[in-house]
Amino acid sequence: MAEACITFSDFTLGYNSHPAVHHLNGAVKKGSLTAVVGANGSGKSTLMKGIVGVLKPMAGACAVAHGTRIAYLPQQSELDRSFPARVVDLVSLGLWPKRGLLGRHRPEDREAVANAIKAVGLEGFEKRPLDTLSGGQLQRTLFARVLVQDADLILLDEPFNAIDAKTVTDLVALIKRWQGENRTVMVVAHDLDLVRAHFPEALLLARRPIAWGEARATLAPENLLRARQFHEAWDENAPWCSPEAETGGHDHGHSHDHHGHDHGDGHADHGHAHGHPHLHAKPASADARHIHGDAA
Amino acid sequence: MDALYQWLIAPFAEFGFMQRALLGSLLLSLSSCPVGVFLMLRRMSLTGDAMAHAILPGAAVGFLLFGLAIVPMTIGGLIAGIVVALGAGAVSRLTVQREDASMAAFYLISLALGVLIVSLRGSSVDLMHVLFGTVLALNDEALGLIGLIAAVTLAGLGIFWRALVAECLDPLFLRSVSRLGPPVHFVFLALVVLNLVGGFQALGTLLSVGLMMLPAAAARFWTVRVEPMCLLAIGIGAVSCIAGLLLSYHAALPSGPSIILSAGVVYAVSIIAGTRGIVATRLRHASHRTA
Repeated sequence: MAEACITFSDFTLGYNSHPAVHHLNGAVKKGSLTAVVGANGSGKSTLMKGIVGVLKPMAGACAVAHGTRIAYLPQQSELDRSFPARVVDLVSLGLWPKRGLLGRHRPEDREAVANAIKAVGLEGFEKRPLDTLSGGQLQRTLFARVLVQDADLILLDEPFNAIDAKTVTDLVALIKRWQGENRTVMVVAHDLDLVRAHFPEALLLARRPIAWGEARATLAPENLLRARQFHEAWDENAPWCSPEAETGGHDHGHSHDHHGHDHGDGHADHGHAHGHPHLHAKPASADARHIHGDAA
Repeated sequence: MDALYQWLIAPFAEFGFMQRALLGSLLLSLSSCPVGVFLMLRRMSLTGDAMAHAILPGAAVGFLLFGLAIVPMTIGGLIAGIVVALGAGAVSRLTVQREDASMAAFYLISLALGVLIVSLRGSSVDLMHVLFGTVLALNDEALGLIGLIAAVTLAGLGIFWRALVAECLDPLFLRSVSRLGPPVHFVFLALVVLNLVGGFQALGTLLSVGLMMLPAAAARFWTVRVEPMCLLAIGIGAVSCIAGLLLSYHAALPSGPSIILSAGVVYAVSIIAGTRGIVATRLRHASHRTA
C-alpha cells in the first residue's frame, strides 16, 4: 500500500452554508492518477479549490502530505489575456515555487521553460503575445507552466475543454508521463470513454461521493444512474446537517464565482432557465423541486 | 545652432526655477510612469482621479493643525489616501463588490469629509493653492519629497516586480503558489497613493495624475511586453516634461497643462501610428500573407 498524498476526513466544502462537496472520506495515494467525474454542479471544481486551499472547508479536513508541491490548473483561469506578455513569460511563472519573488532565473531555468514549451508542441510560439493564441494553444501553454512547476501533486480542472483530438492525445500522454514519474495527478474530466481508456482510478461525485476506486468499476451504469439523481439546485430550507455545519462562516464572493462558472461554460443545463438557485426569494417547495427535476 | 541653443537649452541654463521644474518633473516621470502602466493594466486608470479627491480630508487636517506647510499636509494626504485605497482594496478582496464601486464609495465619503473639514477654517483659497500647487514654484523641500518618493517607488517596483506581474497576469495562479497576492496588491496601492499625493502638492493634480496615466496609455500602443512598456512610458513622460516646460516658457503658457498636453500629443500620435495602433491594426489589411 503506497502512502497517501491527500487524506480527506469528513471533508465538506460549500457556499453559503450549502455543501457542494459533502462528507468526503478517503485517501489519494501517492503516484496515483485519478479522474474526478460528475455532472455540472456536482462539486468537482469545488473539490479542487478545497485541496489547493483557495476555498476553506466548512467542516472536516483535507490533509496534503507534508512538503508536497501543488500545481493547479483551474477550469476558469483568472488569466488576463490582454496583459502584455508572451508565451515564454507565462510559462516562466511556473518557476515561482523554485525561485520565488527575488531568485534569479538561471540558464537551467530558461532551459526547463524551453523544454516545457517543446513538450506541449508549442515550439516557435515562445515570443507570441498571449492575445494571439487560440484557446487550445493557451491551454497547452498553461500545461507547459504546470510542467515547469515540477510539482508532486497536479490538479487539472477540465483541462480538455475546447481541445482538439490530437492535442488531447498529447496531453494525456503528458499526464501519463507525470504518473510514471511518481507524481500524483487528479483530473476533472467529462469524457467518460477517455477516463475508462486512460485513467486507472476515478472518483464519481454528485455533491457527495458516489463511488471511488478502479475507473471502470466506478463508472459502471448503476453508479452513473445514482450520480444523476441529485438536485443541482440546492434547497434553501434543507435541514442543518450537523452542529458544526451551522457555524461555517465562508466567503460570500466565492458562491457567485462558482455559479458563474457552472452556468457560464456553455453546457445546456437547466441552470440557465432560472438563474442563481440561491437567489430564489421564496423557499423551494416540493413543487419547485419537481420542476427542477423535470427540466433536468 | 545658436537659435537651437536659445530654444532648447538656454531656458534651463539661465533660470533656477526652470531647472527645479525640470528636475522635479523628470523625477516624477521616473517613478509615476511605471506605476501608471500597472494601473492601466489592472484597469484602474481612473483611480488616480478618485485618489485626487480622496486625499482632501488628510491634507485639510494637516492644514488646520499646522497651516500652509507642505510636509504635514503631505503626510495627512498620504494617510487619507492610504486609508481610502486600502479600504477600497479590502472591500473588493473580501466581498462581492468590485474595486471600481468600492473605490467610488470610499473616495466620495472622503471628499465629503474633506470639504467639511476645510469649511471649518473659513476661506479655502490658500488651501486649494497648495493642494494643487505649481511646478514652477518647487522649493528644496518639495524637490526632496519628490526624490524620496521616486526612490521608494523604484525600490518597491524592483522588489515586487515579479509578484506584480503575476498578480496582474494570473491572480489565481499566484494565490495557488504564494501568499503574496493580497499583500502585493496593497503595496501597489500604497505606491499609487505615494506618487499621487507627493505629486499633487508639489506639482498639482492635473500634472501628477496626467503624468501617471498618459505616457502609460501611449506606451500601450507600441509594445507587447511590460518591461519595455514601462521604459517607454518613462521616456514619453520625460520628453513631455521637457517639451511642455519649453512650450510654457516660450509661449508664456501655464506649465502643468503644457506638459500634459505634450503627453496628450504623444498619446494621439501613438493611437494612430503605434505598432499596435489604428494604422497598423486596421488599415494594413488590404493584402494578407499566405500563412
